[in-house]
Amino acid sequence: MFQIRIHGRGGQGVVTAAEMLSVAAFIEGHHAQAFPSFGSERTGAPVVAYCRIDDREIRLREPILEPDAIIIQDPTLLNQVDVFGGLRREGFVLINTSRTFEALGLGEFAAQFPPRHVCTVPATEIALKLIGRPLPNAALLGGFAAATGRITLESVSAAIREKFSGRVAEGNVAAAAESFAHVRREKEELDHAQAD
Amino acid sequence: MLKQIEGSRAVAEAVALCRPEVICAYPISPQTHIVEALGELVKGGELSPCEFINVESEFAAMSVAIGAAAAGARSYTATASQGLLFMAEAVYNAAGLGLPIVMTVANRAIGAPINIWNDHTDVMSQRDCGWILLFAETNQEALDLHIEAFRLAQALSLPVMVCMDGFILTHAYERVDMPSQEQVDAFLPPFDPRQVLDPERPVSMGAMVGPEAFMEVRYLEHVRQMRALELIPGWAEQFRDAFGRDSGGLMHAYRTEDAETIVVALGSVLGTIKDTVDEMRAKGDRIGVLGITCFRPWPANAVRDALAGAKRIVVVEKSIAVGLGGIVSANVRTSFAGHADTVHTVVAGLGGRAITRQSLAGVFASAAAGTLPPLTFLDLDHGLVERALARERETRHSGPVAEGLLRDVGLVAAKIS
Repeated sequence: MFQIRIHGRGGQGVVTAAEMLSVAAFIEGHHAQAFPSFGSERTGAPVVAYCRIDDREIRLREPILEPDAIIIQDPTLLNQVDVFGGLRREGFVLINTSRTFEALGLGEFAAQFPPRHVCTVPATEIALKLIGRPLPNAALLGGFAAATGRITLESVSAAIREKFSGRVAEGNVAAAAESFAHVRREKEELDHAQAD
Repeated sequence: MLKQIEGSRAVAEAVALCRPEVICAYPISPQTHIVEALGELVKGGELSPCEFINVESEFAAMSVAIGAAAAGARSYTATASQGLLFMAEAVYNAAGLGLPIVMTVANRAIGAPINIWNDHTDVMSQRDCGWILLFAETNQEALDLHIEAFRLAQALSLPVMVCMDGFILTHAYERVDMPSQEQVDAFLPPFDPRQVLDPERPVSMGAMVGPEAFMEVRYLEHVRQMRALELIPGWAEQFRDAFGRDSGGLMHAYRTEDAETIVVALGSVLGTIKDTVDEMRAKGDRIGVLGITCFRPWPANAVRDALAGAKRIVVVEKSIAVGLGGIVSANVRTSFAGHADTVHTVVAGLGGRAITRQSLAGVFASAAAGTLPPLTFLDLDHGLVERALARERETRHSGPVAEGLLRDVGLVAAKIS
């Protein structure tokens, strides 16, 4: 089982992101379960949503306490919520930011994980450019696909088109593709740096 | 057809396949998405003929359902929590009148303190109201139970509640197999109510009945409910033949063969319990779980048979009879031949408190070791309780309990784990 926890703020589409992620996994023939941590339904309040992916029926209903991957939609949460709580040693981290882990004060923390597992993507900027609104959720799923290889960009795009339609869908699909390319480039640069 | 959709959406689509003619509802979290989706299906013409009626309260919702059912329409509504309490008088009337209404209850805690999260206190307040009560373990079962509920309701002239855990199921996206209209039509006969208001053949529904026949009316209601115990197992088999999966029935036993400890529970927590049971079985513990699907009528004989080989029972329940303890466990004790002391009550998940494998494994292990008390509150914060009690000892004017506890916890926003 692969477990993902998404942290963000009310209004950023955190719950929708988990739902779309589960749809993308379903499209690829997996079992998937997405659910929100209910309650804080106020704009701007910290929100958590979860997604489990497995190749057999998922019966477990507890919150995800030991995630394999964490997506952080809003880096201002870093000082407010224990976003990394329970993250597995081989886990993945994807943060929506145009800054580096070092600039965020997370250099030492990030160094504990396999280097290709910790990624950043300026998803809000990409969303503003391609959707016209600061909604980073779909873009981050593209980044997640590149970071983890757990789902394909094609499945993410199909899930986005299932949730939205018309111009909104296409804007989000484009944002996911650009984030995917961004994270892939990030990893390639890392490979080159290691090769050097 | 396999779909990855929200539980609420799955139930709405299943209800639509049952061809309800009147849907009336008043929105309340976490039921809202179900009736919103049905409203869209009616407005879009996909569910037709059907009248969707927005009402001014839950009391009105059940009253309209009663009127519609009396007029011969297949009627559906949904509610939760305070909404169920607000309609309580009409809920009893629907049962007493013998009207085949189906209602989803998206289970949620009851205030005060106000709390929108899941537990079973709402439905347990109505457990003896005369409705058949079915509990869903998964979203697949939630949608399947609605199809069975409409059939059961009209066969017995009794209303049926389908309970699904609020948020945990209603707001979860998971895989469901949505049957086709043809499959549902073949399983669920056209609506043919036993009693209908018809100007051509006038009858009186809801006549006052005095001591001369009131007892008999109630007795017949009881007899009709008990008939469900005979019908449900056969229909579950028919359902399996028609739809290719096990859904419904009176109960589901999991790894109970040779089990010394049997856990009993209702609803979505069964999934987490099954995972816990698997982990404990792998270590050699002889443990299994019995999921109760049909809580009313209470399947006394079936439960007795299922528990017969166990040395001890642990009932995990999301409700509490304040001043007594367990509600489900009180029912289980009537159906367990062993000593009453060997039936343990574990109150868990009140107001949305997360129920984890780790905590469950802890209580199951102490049950096996003989150290589990008769009544346990899973993951109760004893320190928090002690501070509140100390405050009450120190000062007469200790103030509202909820506010004091929240101040001690140090946050006002809710914590989920």
